[in-house]
Amino acid sequence: MKQGERTWAFPNPPVIIATGTVVGPDEGEGPLSADFDLVHPDMELQQPSWEKAERALLEQATDIAISNAKLKKDDIEYFVGGDLLNQIISSTFAARTIGAPYIGVFGACSTSMETLALASLMVASGAGDKVLAGTSSHNCTVEKQFRYPTEYGSQKPPTAQYTVTGAGAAVVARTGDGPKVTAATIGKVVDLGIKDPFNMGAAMAPAAVDTIQAHLQDTGREPGYYDLIVTGDLAGVGHPIARELLLRNGVPLQQTTFNDCGLMIYDVAKQKVQAGGSGCACSAVVTYGHLLRRMKKGELKRILVAATGALLSPLSFQQGESIPCIAHAVSIEA
Amino acid sequence: MTVKDTSKGRIAYKPMSMSAKEYKQFAKNREPGRSVLANCVRAFLAGGLICLIGQGVQEFYKAAFGMSPLQAGDPTVATMVLLSVILTSVGIYDKIAQWAGAGSAVPVTGFANSMSSAAIEHRSEGLVLGVGANMFKLAGSVIVFGVVAAFFIGIAAWLFGGAGR
Repeated sequence: MKQGERTWAFPNPPVIIATGTVVGPDEGEGPLSADFDLVHPDMELQQPSWEKAERALLEQATDIAISNAKLKKDDIEYFVGGDLLNQIISSTFAARTIGAPYIGVFGACSTSMETLALASLMVASGAGDKVLAGTSSHNCTVEKQFRYPTEYGSQKPPTAQYTVTGAGAAVVARTGDGPKVTAATIGKVVDLGIKDPFNMGAAMAPAAVDTIQAHLQDTGREPGYYDLIVTGDLAGVGHPIARELLLRNGVPLQQTTFNDCGLMIYDVAKQKVQAGGSGCACSAVVTYGHLLRRMKKGELKRILVAATGALLSPLSFQQGESIPCIAHAVSIEA
Repeated sequence: MTVKDTSKGRIAYKPMSMSAKEYKQFAKNREPGRSVLANCVRAFLAGGLICLIGQGVQEFYKAAFGMSPLQAGDPTVATMVLLSVILTSVGIYDKIAQWAGAGSAVPVTGFANSMSSAAIEHRSEGLVLGVGANMFKLAGSVIVFGVVAAFFIGIAAWLFGGAGR
């Protein structure tokens, strides 16, 4: 199963039999609105706190994924989840509702593909037949925890990104209909010294480059093997940097389409999102909602999703530390 | 430009070779530009407008209640703070600030915004540990450094004979 340096290749590829995606109002105004299962008209979701609202998003996304798979909660053998909040409370509390055995992981915004990779590994190794992977983020919980109170009037620089409000979940099974997870490449923590928490795209770009190159080398695939290679949330500043670095390193990126979920989810020119989207839900809802739908329609056959995460804490950047970053890549084929 | 790794017959690309120092410069060169001049002009206009409104409120108190300029000062500040808290509560002040920058942060309305936004945000953690403990999260440093600065200026005024006038 291990191929090359750090790639898991699945000879009997696990199947993504169903997904669930839930988003907030800003994502609903974006160009991918029609691809999400549920669009909320407000950020509160009738909950008394932002944290409870985020939890509700994840519970709804997992519910939708389970019912789309025509399963019941009891059929889920394991739930692999994670999010951005301290002690990953969104996924832990959602796991309490789901009731399945639970593995909580933290990979910041790379959690979407980290959980999918782990769920696929569990299914491929025979540890489980039906494993649920899910993650969430909420613009206001993240503002509250990592930046300032949501209503505080501070001016954001153009390099800043807008955290996606939403949640995405996928049911991974040994057999069934749906796109297959054929390989996953686990990222290393890469830190090239960027300290500005309002420029996470530039901080994360080298991690994406490192993982994408490792994936291509480990699998012996050229970029042209994929119809689309997407990064998670590098957005308007980080994505062009990643493209430039990959080309510099000799990766023939012109063979394929190279895009970023953070640039796809919003109309960056019209919506006030600075450089673009970010957050765990960014790559989760774009992949599980938009990209898998395009695969179903036959528009895409093979995609590589490299979800990027900035592994900082509010404490670490206040103490002047640079931002360690990671990217996990998952190869999905129709 | 693909480099063939002949030993394994596999593709191998160039590894990331930039040092942290080189990369910081590389990333810096690719940051979108920010016009300091445009930001200054917007801060000037927004800050000026807030002060103009404040002046209007003060004139109102003087004309309506026959207050002296000094007497009208306190109710004027209270009115501006109230306006700022209302705009913060309905979710407008932060949107003004994204445009205005320092223009909406520096006047007393900015101070009121920093306190009320923190109070609203942490209401979910209760009145004591939430609102009470977090209200000065942002405004606290303004008070600390304001008091420290006032202390040194007070000493300077005493030393150079400006005090007690």
